[in-house]
Amino acid sequence: MDSMLSLEKVTHYFGGLKAVSNFNLELPDGALYGLIGPNGAGKTTIFNLITGIYTPTQGTIKLMNESIIGKKPYQIVHMGVARTFQNLRIFGSLSVLDNIRIARHYTVGKSKHIGNRKHKESAELVHTNLFDSIFRTKNYRKAEKQITDEAKDLLHLIKLDDVIDEQAKSLPYGKLRKLEIARALATHPSVLLLDEPAAGMNPAEIGELMDLIHFIRDNFKITILLI
Amino acid sequence: MALFVAGALGIMLLVLFFNAAGIFTDYIVQIINISLINVILAVSLNLINGFTGQFSIGHMGFAAVGAYASATMTTLIFKVNPAMPGGYFVFIAALLVGGIVAAGIGLLIGFPSLRLKGDYLAIMTLGFGEIIRTVFNNIDYIGGPRGLLGIPKFSNLFIIFIATMLTVIAIRNLVFSTHGRALLSIRENELASELVGVNTTHYKITAFTIGAFFAGIAGGLQAHLLQIAHPTQYGFLYSILVLIMVYAGGMGSITGSIIAAFALTFLSEGLRTALPGFGDLIHVRIGDEWRMVVYSILLIIIMLFRTEGLMGMREMKLLVPEQEENHGQHA
Repeated sequence: MDSMLSLEKVTHYFGGLKAVSNFNLELPDGALYGLIGPNGAGKTTIFNLITGIYTPTQGTIKLMNESIIGKKPYQIVHMGVARTFQNLRIFGSLSVLDNIRIARHYTVGKSKHIGNRKHKESAELVHTNLFDSIFRTKNYRKAEKQITDEAKDLLHLIKLDDVIDEQAKSLPYGKLRKLEIARALATHPSVLLLDEPAAGMNPAEIGELMDLIHFIRDNFKITILLI
Repeated sequence: MALFVAGALGIMLLVLFFNAAGIFTDYIVQIINISLINVILAVSLNLINGFTGQFSIGHMGFAAVGAYASATMTTLIFKVNPAMPGGYFVFIAALLVGGIVAAGIGLLIGFPSLRLKGDYLAIMTLGFGEIIRTVFNNIDYIGGPRGLLGIPKFSNLFIIFIATMLTVIAIRNLVFSTHGRALLSIRENELASELVGVNTTHYKITAFTIGAFFAGIAGGLQAHLLQIAHPTQYGFLYSILVLIMVYAGGMGSITGSIIAAFALTFLSEGLRTALPGFGDLIHVRIGDEWRMVVYSILLIIIMLFRTEGLMGMREMKLLVPEQEENHGQHA
C-alpha cells in the first residue's frame, strides 16, 4: 500500500527539553490508526509538527512523498492535512454554516490542483477575489453559492443540518466535537488528524463518535490518525 | 441593499431640502458632514478592530496621510478651486490618491506590525500614528507646524454622503463574503483559522490596507471641509475617539458604527449648548467646560449597560444580503 503520511526520525526539542525523540510513522492510504501514550508523551506535539505549528528539530515529514517541513500551517492544509483540537477551537460567535464555509474558503481562488491531492471532489472551483466580493460580480455569486451548497451538503452528511443557523458556541458539547470534525472535513483533506475527539464524552456519545469516524473513513476515503 | 441606498439617498435629499428651507442651519449641516466623515473612519476601523480582531489605535495616522496627500494635490500642485471647470474632477482624483497613498502606508506598516498581537500591536500602531503626525509637523512644504492652510472647500454634503455610502457598501460587501468570513475567523480563533487553510497574515494585511484606504478618503474629505490640515488634528485623541465609536456601536457591526458615529458627534456638539441650559434649570452654573465630563460619563454608562456596544454584533436588516437572511445572524 502507498504510504500517505510518513514521519522519519522526527525529533523535536523545546529549548533543552526533548519532547519527541526519533519518532517514526508510516500511515498507509485509507488507514485508521491510533496514537497512544501517557499524558505528556508528546502526542499532541506530533500533531503540531505534522500540521506545521512547530518545525521539527530533526527528521522528515512527508505527505504523499512531498516534504512538508518548513511549510506554513495553511499551506499544509492546502496540501491535504486537516486536524481537530483537543481543546475545542471553533469560531464561537459565528453560525455553524459559517464555520464550515470558512473551511471551504481556501479552495476559491485556487486552481483545480491543490497540492498533489488524491481526491478532487469538486471538479470546478470558481475563482473569486476581493474585488469580486466588493463589487458583487457574477463570479462572486457563483463562488458563494458553491461554497454554501457544499457546506450544506456536508452538514447534511454529518447530520448537523438541524443546527445550521445556530451560533456555534450555543451547541452542546457533543455537537461541537462533531462540528470541529466537519470543519476539518470541509477542507477536503487526504489525512485527518483527530486530537482526542472523545475527550469529555459519555459512553453513548463515544459510540456515536466511533460510528461517525468509520462513516467518514468509508465515505470520504481519507486516512485518519487519532489520539 | 437597494432599499438601503434608496433610504440613504432619501435622507440626504431631505437634509438638503431642510437646509434650503432654513430648518437646518449651516451649523447643523456641518455637524452632519463631520458625523458622516466619522462614519467612514469608524466603519473602516471596525473592519480592522471589530471584524478582523486586530487592535489598531493609530487610525488617524492613515487619515492624516490621506488628508495631506489630497490637499497637497488640490492646493499646492494643481491649485484648483470649486469654481474652476474640472476642479471637482481634480478633487475626486485627489481623494482617491489620498486613499491609495494611505493604503500604501497601511501595507507598509502591516508587514512588520502584524507579527505582533493584541496590546503590542496597539502600541505599535499608536507609535506609527505619532510618527506620521511628527513627520507632517516637520515638512515645511506642507506648512509644517502651521498646518496646510487655504485648502479649497470642495467637500459638501452631497459628496461626503456619497463617499460614506460607498464606504459602507464596500465594507458590507466585503464582510458578507468568503473573504469577509476569513477575516472573522481570524478574530474568532487565529490558530484554528490558519488550520482550516486561511492565510492569516495575508488577510490581516488586507484588512489593514483596506481600512487605511477608507481612512485616507475620510481624511481627504475632512481637510477639504475644514479647509485646513493641521498635525494636531490627527493626534492620538482623535484616534481614540474613533475607537470609542467602534466600541460603543458594537465591534463587528457596521450599523453600530454608523449609529455611534452620529450619536457621539451630535452628543459632543449638543452638550455644548445643552449643558448651560440644564444648569439654569437646577440653578447650578454648568458651563461648556463640563462637556467632556458628561460625555465621558455617558460613555461609561454605555459600556456598563451594553458591554458589547449598542448593536452587539448585529446588523440592521437593510445591510444583510438577501441570500444571507435565511441563515439567521451572520456575525
